[in-house]
Amino acid sequence: MTDIPETYSATAEVAEVRTRRTWRARAWIELRKAPVSAWFGLTVIVAYIFVAVFAPLLAPHGEAQVFPQPYAPWSPMHPLGTDQIGRDVLSRLIYGARNTIGIALATTFLAFIIGGGLALVAAIARGWTDQILSRLIDVLMAIPSLIFALMLLSIFGSTVTSLIIIIAVLDSTRVFRLTRAVAMNVVVMEFVEAARLRGEGTWWIMRREILPNIMPPLVAEFGLRFCFVFLTIAALSFLGLGIQPPTADWGSMVRENASLIQFAQYDLKAGITPLLPAAAIALLTIGVNFVVDWFLMKTSGLRDEH
Amino acid sequence: MSTDGDVLLTMRDVVIDGFSDERWHEIIKGVDVTLHRGEVLGFIGESGAGKSTLGLAAMGFARPGCRITSGEIVFDGIDLVAASERARQKLRGARIAYVAQSAAAAFNPAHTLLEQTVESSVRHGILSTSEAAEYARELYAAMDLPDPQNIGDRYPHQVSGGQLQRAMTAMAMCSKPDLIIFDEPTTALDVTTQVNVLAAMRKAILDYGTAAIYITHDLAVVAQMADRIKVLRYGEEVEEAPTDVMLSAPKHPYTKSLWAVRSIEKPGEGGAEKVLELKTVTAAYGTVPVLEDVSIAVPRGKTVALVGESGSGKSTAARVITGLLPPQAGEVLFEDEALPPALKNRTRDHLRRIQMIYQSADTAMNPRHTVREIIGRPVQFYLGKRGRAVDERVSELLGLIELDDSFMDRLPGELSGGQKQRICIARALAAEPDLIICDEVTSALDQIVQEGILKLLMKLQRQLGVSYIFITHDIATVRAIADEVVVMYQGRVVEQGLKEDIFSPPHPDYTGLLLASVPKMETGWLEKTIEALGERRHEAAEA
Repeated sequence: MTDIPETYSATAEVAEVRTRRTWRARAWIELRKAPVSAWFGLTVIVAYIFVAVFAPLLAPHGEAQVFPQPYAPWSPMHPLGTDQIGRDVLSRLIYGARNTIGIALATTFLAFIIGGGLALVAAIARGWTDQILSRLIDVLMAIPSLIFALMLLSIFGSTVTSLIIIIAVLDSTRVFRLTRAVAMNVVVMEFVEAARLRGEGTWWIMRREILPNIMPPLVAEFGLRFCFVFLTIAALSFLGLGIQPPTADWGSMVRENASLIQFAQYDLKAGITPLLPAAAIALLTIGVNFVVDWFLMKTSGLRDEH
Repeated sequence: MSTDGDVLLTMRDVVIDGFSDERWHEIIKGVDVTLHRGEVLGFIGESGAGKSTLGLAAMGFARPGCRITSGEIVFDGIDLVAASERARQKLRGARIAYVAQSAAAAFNPAHTLLEQTVESSVRHGILSTSEAAEYARELYAAMDLPDPQNIGDRYPHQVSGGQLQRAMTAMAMCSKPDLIIFDEPTTALDVTTQVNVLAAMRKAILDYGTAAIYITHDLAVVAQMADRIKVLRYGEEVEEAPTDVMLSAPKHPYTKSLWAVRSIEKPGEGGAEKVLELKTVTAAYGTVPVLEDVSIAVPRGKTVALVGESGSGKSTAARVITGLLPPQAGEVLFEDEALPPALKNRTRDHLRRIQMIYQSADTAMNPRHTVREIIGRPVQFYLGKRGRAVDERVSELLGLIELDDSFMDRLPGELSGGQKQRICIARALAAEPDLIICDEVTSALDQIVQEGILKLLMKLQRQLGVSYIFITHDIATVRAIADEVVVMYQGRVVEQGLKEDIFSPPHPDYTGLLLASVPKMETGWLEKTIEALGERRHEAAEA
């Protein structure tokens, strides 16, 4: 038997008084415990961002600078050779990071603002608003998105802006579905009712009560959505309706240099050249997925049994 | 009961570890248990005291994430710790049975009651299928279930919660076990149902001479069921004694403090000035009527308790008052002025003056907001304070609820149950309301913490003159803090008046049943009550 205080004090009930660590300190603690795959993913992402930001400093030549010799072999002057009209492949790869990642990021953000925003409104308002929005999204989802995107792009023209808006709208359907589903679980909680009783508006309830509680699945979805948007843009570019020349992007680079592959029997390096932008896409996708996996494992509480 | 019979179960110096925060902690720190044949032992303590863990250990079982690290558990000469998992499985369901808190979750909805009742005895080869079915019907009759011959053909959703809990006891008894472990079997039931279930369990245990371990946090219940009581705290034994000794002369200060909770007393007072009045309110969810012609008046600075079992319309009344459910007929008067029925038509001042505290503080606070934000928001929102003024007010409110500034930056997950409920109280007070609706605010808390919260609420009422509507099904709480009592049954007000008038005879039928069903802290209460209630309980409780 231990000595038990006879008087009850609410303050003493939980003895440990902890001060809140700053988010930076907490992030560092988490990072140190992160698995190798997550570190690999983070390194890849940081490297890509670095390349994208400092593209003009890193690239040996200009983005659309044309040299006399098309399909030049690898050389000190052109480390990865030149493409079908004589542009330096390495420089275009570097600029491509900037264009492709930039557009994909903008598109994903826009998709989340549209899809997430509407989903939160639907979850909070319920009733007719929810029904109309949800059915509208269902209709959009019923149409194969790549074909729909191709159709819209041929109507509105392949500018960067229309590309971003069209893919964002089409992708926002999935974001809507997810956000609505997770928000529905939070909306029924008593603290949301308490906020309603307090007289808070929809904006406050969305931003302050619900959003912080559904962040983990949304962040994970952001990573995955980013990959899909990235692949969609690359696919559209490969089909010729994405980012238009002379802007460098990885999807169209694969298409433009595809014919180089048949030279592989004479020069292996020439055969590799068109695969490089494809590899760049693959590497980033894998990196992002590793990070998302790690993040999901951290926040969902799913762990291996001890 | 016999304490000199031969020993059925001994547990010696049992230590059980649980895994949390990425390391092993001791949850049971060396407890001894001795149980004789035909004897009922009660485990009592707060949540987290290790009652359930110890109860499961009596079957040689540790929940996932727990492990029995040392000690000896001997059941009828068989060492359960050393025995193989296979040998233990042979005992479980056959010689040791378990009755869980939630019968609804423990029954498989896809099979009939009878199929599930006979399953373990048939599988263990104790009885043949037809013998077991015959015996199960006998047990249904012993458990006082209606139509014992045919009730076994029903599915779990076709019987009430109380009936299901009794069917589960029948299931446990069907394999004629030597020991049954009851883990809070009546906690989820209404008092009027609980008394029947308790009586049926008690009778069955006595008739069949089964030994039992009865786990609960309700002292009055354990007083009816157990021959001996063991008080647990923080995984350690506090004291153990025969029930009557434990009730009349508890030795340890902790045990005494458990007993003392029910001693808060306060005379009921009426008041002339009405803060809030419900006038002939009728409300429905869709087409389902929930409230019919309900009139309630709340005097300023007083406490009105709404009592009744689940489904009686208590919480719906609160939803009507707050505007979440506009009534179909009737009106809500606040200081003699009609409130707009719907929430969206009320002014911010209306909203400020009626605040709400919920049963579950866990879900009532946003887990991502700090205490500072939770309490500070109403201060900003209603009173328009900014910056340092908000912090000062939050600090003041924390002082009022007997906490200090070190709590400001904590998240709700870092608080204990009682502290969470205190923060919710502070949040309600921050709006400087005239009326606070307390919806079962203490029912999720342990006895001692409950006492603290109730005392705090009473102190705040004296200091600030705030009125409470106290929704509860716990009569002990009502006796402690109410001024006036409103008894509700099936959406109607049965009776309303000063606490003393309601609690003294003569009673209308339902009030009488409700009051008689509340377990008292004395042995033999159950037997007396069952006789007294007689036929009435069949009609009222099973309806």
